[in-house]
Amino acid sequence: MTAQEGATITQAAQGLETVSITRPGFLASVARDKKAIVGIVILTILVLAAILAPLLAPYDPNNMDFEMIESPSAKHLLGTDDLGRDLLSRLIYGAQVSLFVGVSTVGISLVIGLFLGIAAGYYGGFIDTVIMRYIDLQWAFPNFIIAVYLVAVFGTGLSNVIIAITLAFIDDFARIARGMVLTIKEEQYIDAARTVGVSDFRIMWRHILPNAAAPIIVQATVSISYAILAEAGLSFLGLGVEASTPTWGLILAESRSFISRAWWLGLFPGLAIMLTVLSINFLGDALRDHLDVRETTEI
Amino acid sequence: MTMPSPLPSVSQSPIGALAASKPLVEVDNLKVHFPVRKGVLFQRTVAHVKAVDGVSFSIRRGETLGLVGESGCGKTTIGRTILKLTEPSGGAIHFDGADIWDLGAVDTAAFRRRVQAVFQDPYSSLNPRMMVGDIVGEPLLVHGVNPIAADRAAAVRELLEVVGLSGAMAGRYPHEMSGGQRQRVGIARALALKPEFIVCDEAVSALDVSIQAQIIKLLEDLRDEYGLTYLFIGHDLSVVRHLCHRVAVMYLGKLVEISDSDTLFENPQHPYTKALLSAVPIPDPDVERTRPQQVITGEVPSPIDPPKGCVFHTRCPIAVDGCRQETPRLQQIEDEHWVACSEIHHEAQGTI
Repeated sequence: MTAQEGATITQAAQGLETVSITRPGFLASVARDKKAIVGIVILTILVLAAILAPLLAPYDPNNMDFEMIESPSAKHLLGTDDLGRDLLSRLIYGAQVSLFVGVSTVGISLVIGLFLGIAAGYYGGFIDTVIMRYIDLQWAFPNFIIAVYLVAVFGTGLSNVIIAITLAFIDDFARIARGMVLTIKEEQYIDAARTVGVSDFRIMWRHILPNAAAPIIVQATVSISYAILAEAGLSFLGLGVEASTPTWGLILAESRSFISRAWWLGLFPGLAIMLTVLSINFLGDALRDHLDVRETTEI
Repeated sequence: MTMPSPLPSVSQSPIGALAASKPLVEVDNLKVHFPVRKGVLFQRTVAHVKAVDGVSFSIRRGETLGLVGESGCGKTTIGRTILKLTEPSGGAIHFDGADIWDLGAVDTAAFRRRVQAVFQDPYSSLNPRMMVGDIVGEPLLVHGVNPIAADRAAAVRELLEVVGLSGAMAGRYPHEMSGGQRQRVGIARALALKPEFIVCDEAVSALDVSIQAQIIKLLEDLRDEYGLTYLFIGHDLSVVRHLCHRVAVMYLGKLVEISDSDTLFENPQHPYTKALLSAVPIPDPDVERTRPQQVITGEVPSPIDPPKGCVFHTRCPIAVDGCRQETPRLQQIEDEHWVACSEIHHEAQGTI
């Protein structure tokens, strides 16, 4: 198990004498965190469900049946919707879209946002002004409104939804990254690195980024939650993917008309979104706590 | 040097053997003015903080020059400018004859190898996310001295042992070490490229006294062993006296007195230096209680709008009308002893 391998770094292991320091590896320290384990387990189940959807789903998610709006039963574990489609199958396939949207949008906006924010903070001056005035402009509008606007411009569909959410999130990352860079830039180890002759790129990559990582990782996990909710929200408003695609937001949106007689149609997609967001937030907290070498070492 | 300077380079003064050696670092009429900006969208410069305002001195090869003065007098800024971290607004700094702010990329890399620094705060000067081995090895890596990881690790172990640490500490993170150990890591990093000149910016100020003694001893040993030249910036005068061959005293961005160490401490001339030295407590309660102390009153004026004439006249016990008008230049009163005070010069001329 890697957790145990990394658990103890002894100097002797490196062919040197003297003191040994117990430094539980990242995995070992995460393994002791109950919240983190809950998050990881739920998320693993969701990811597996999404990947193995064709195997797990009892029915084709778009297969219509005459058994419309049926409450959960042995045949349809989570019931059926107004077109007689199996809700469980739709939710399992929906995990694919929702998780993909969450991870891809945050992944892309994280990279762009970090690039802009670190460049702005590190170089300052004109570069900073240009980048941050754009970010300010974007910040003046709520992310969701920007996403709605962008979808309205580009048109609906999965890829446009991803583009819209990605663009809407860039400012959060840029802002946080810039703030961190401005703080870290004043540390003496940055001066020390410059004195030694370390290049700007290496300073940003090796000295600034690792020290700025904690809040950025937390923001990333929170943003994944928001991205999933944004996709759900866009689909709910009819600005998301096309109607036949099963996404959690769309299922939730469609349940609206039947809320008084079909509780399962609203409850289960809502639960799926909630569990995903919750588990990702747990994971984010764990990453923040355990990635910091200062907090995991016991001498 | 062709630039007009208020002070002929100290090294050119005709004295003993040390003076004969060529200066390694020449600071010539250095000015560092930080703009004070106002405005939201269109920032305009409303004033300048004159952190360093026309300072000249030189450091000879193998020499340790102390730079003292109270907080905010500009001594750290001078150190940063010599390290190419803060750009000067005027004047020039020559290292081994070349203007360091006029170097191309290749020469800058060479300069970085020859000039290193030990920083004040051992807690902030080491990247908390890097292991000690990576911190000390980074200079070797970026300058391609030991491109192979195993060679570099061996070199790092050797460096750690030179500064009195165990080579095994390479696997530690900075937070797993004490302040003194961390400062040794900082020194090992500074030594990695085998520099000729090291700027020690308050290198022992953040350490407690017993550790200070160890680090000072280490700096001395390294100086003797590797023939290093130091610029030792500090405010602890007893440390400076112990370590430095010559001492320069700064006040409000200007040099007020520069002399060889013993002369400065035995026979200070500038009223500010006198006050500074008399503020050093004597470790004998009876003497301490009864000795005459020269206490200067008032606050340091703002470096944004320093006083006209002599910057010290607002607090000077011997100031006369002339001091408010005319800026005193450094004048030689003894071989190695230069003072920027018009009043002292008149007095001193009688005695020499």
